[in-house]
Amino acid sequence: MIRPDAPLLLEIRDLHARVEDQPILNGVNLSVRAGEIHALMGRNGSGKSTLSKLLAGHPAYSVTGGSVLYRGQDLLALQPEQRARIGLFLGFQYPVEIPGVSNLEFLRVATNARRVERGEEELDTFAFEDLVRERSKLVQMDPAFLERSVNEGFSGGEKKRNEILQMALLEPLVAILDETDSGLDIDALRIVAGGVCQLAGPDNATLLITHYQRLLDLITPDYVHVMAAGRILRTGGKELALELERSGYDWVDQEVA
Amino acid sequence: MPVLTLPAAAAWLGDLAGEPLPGRRQEAWRFTDLAPLQAIAAELWSGPDPFSQLALPGGISRIAAAEAQLLLDQGLQSTGSSAAWPVRLNRGASPPLLALRVSGSVEPLQLTIDAAAGQGLLALQLLLVLEEGSSLELLLHHHSQAANATSLLTVAQLGRGARLNLGVLAPGDARASLLSHLAISQAPGSSLALTTAIGGWALSRLEPRIVQSEGAAHTRLRSLQLVAGKELADTHSQVHFAGPEGQLDQLHKVVADGAGRSVFNGAVRVPRQAQQTNAAQLSRSLLLSDRARVDTKPELEIVADDVKCAHGATVSRLQQNELFYLQSRGIAADQASRLLLRGYCDEVLRELPAAAASAHPLQLLLRERP
Repeated sequence: MIRPDAPLLLEIRDLHARVEDQPILNGVNLSVRAGEIHALMGRNGSGKSTLSKLLAGHPAYSVTGGSVLYRGQDLLALQPEQRARIGLFLGFQYPVEIPGVSNLEFLRVATNARRVERGEEELDTFAFEDLVRERSKLVQMDPAFLERSVNEGFSGGEKKRNEILQMALLEPLVAILDETDSGLDIDALRIVAGGVCQLAGPDNATLLITHYQRLLDLITPDYVHVMAAGRILRTGGKELALELERSGYDWVDQEVA
Repeated sequence: MPVLTLPAAAAWLGDLAGEPLPGRRQEAWRFTDLAPLQAIAAELWSGPDPFSQLALPGGISRIAAAEAQLLLDQGLQSTGSSAAWPVRLNRGASPPLLALRVSGSVEPLQLTIDAAAGQGLLALQLLLVLEEGSSLELLLHHHSQAANATSLLTVAQLGRGARLNLGVLAPGDARASLLSHLAISQAPGSSLALTTAIGGWALSRLEPRIVQSEGAAHTRLRSLQLVAGKELADTHSQVHFAGPEGQLDQLHKVVADGAGRSVFNGAVRVPRQAQQTNAAQLSRSLLLSDRARVDTKPELEIVADDVKCAHGATVSRLQQNELFYLQSRGIAADQASRLLLRGYCDEVLRELPAAAASAHPLQLLLRERP
């Protein structure tokens, strides 16, 4: 939903970054307002995942120029955990398996960190279990997963559902979902997309990184951006994704050249 | 001519063992400095026998002294333990022997061996005879609070189809030493689960020696050893398959912090008669400091040709991708590290006998405040 007067949540200005000695973002500009759903598309290696990890604070990337404001605040000055607590969420393309750490305990500690930041009371074990069982329904997740180690032995679809469950618990203002549709069968894709749609509202924004129209058939974007060579080459409405689906990225190569 | 002067305790301990203290030139003691053991007072612990007041659950009976000594000798010989220096030291101290026979399935048992603030050497012996088809869950809980040494010699015989779930939970003291030798022989069809969790001792040396006397038994070994400060923890395990179709599943985990030192030597012997053995050994070490040191060595001796024997060893720091994942959910770096460390340890600790839970082994071994 596009409302020109909606508050600006994320403002990326001329962002440059590198990993080791390799420049990988070369001047990204993007503004995201509350209520909006953005799709970020582009070939492998165009910088989409880098942008998402950098926004979440991954230590492997160093910013060499530009700025990122999150609700007017300098996002890049914050530690990864602080970014999460104030409402930035990254749904991982490859959620990490953590043997020995119980999923339930992990979710509770994470949820409470966000609650404390919002000035809410921490939930004890019992209150949290009620909440997590209720939110699990959103992604049709079997509560038995809560007893297992974080993502350990989960199938691809279960891992992605666990990501959306985390999003449902943390109630972020800006959710960046990095190829959340990859590795999902049709049913799992519907469940995950349904969860994302239910969580999207007038006060938050979603940035979907995807290769495929099939996700955008289920979650209609307000804006579609095409990334190439570390910057956003073109921005359009949902019809831009359809055009990409038809004609591929060859025109991108010509424009970049 | 230079004169070598040994601390009084070194000479005294050597006299007790009938053999001088092992030195760094001996392969099995190459990395293991016995200084903390030599620093104890040259005396035998004089407190009450911790086993004397023990109430035994039904199905467990005491074995008379003469027979117990005979069985102890047999157990040590059959596992090749008699000549091991910690065994010689223990026997030289003529310690009290608790000898138990187990029939049928019995209630879980817990033995607390607390050297407390005592001086010198606390030596004890434990003999377990599990009759055919019997089963026992036993937790050995060690403590110490001073510069003393605990020497425990455990000899166990598992009859056909017997099951022993044996746990050793040993949070120590940075001045104290622990020497624990376990000589265990398994008859066919028997099952041994040995889970050990040792941390915080100036010096610990754990020597599980297991013989599957005719093969066809199941051995599951889980161990966790933690070192920090200047502590040293050493595990020398040995599993011998004296017959075919034996199984071993061994996981040895280490947490090394500060200037701590961890030593692991895991011997697996599969002679010609041990065809169709299935053995897997994995050693995983977590290095939390630049000054900590880990020496880990699998030692597989395989003569039989139709066997599966896997082994592996990893040494690493906390995984950056795991840390980042937790941080990206709002969990601060130090809390994320602690969660990962607890998870790492819990993989072993959750296999301790159920009685260990009430002692909160994670908090004890990670030295967290309750």
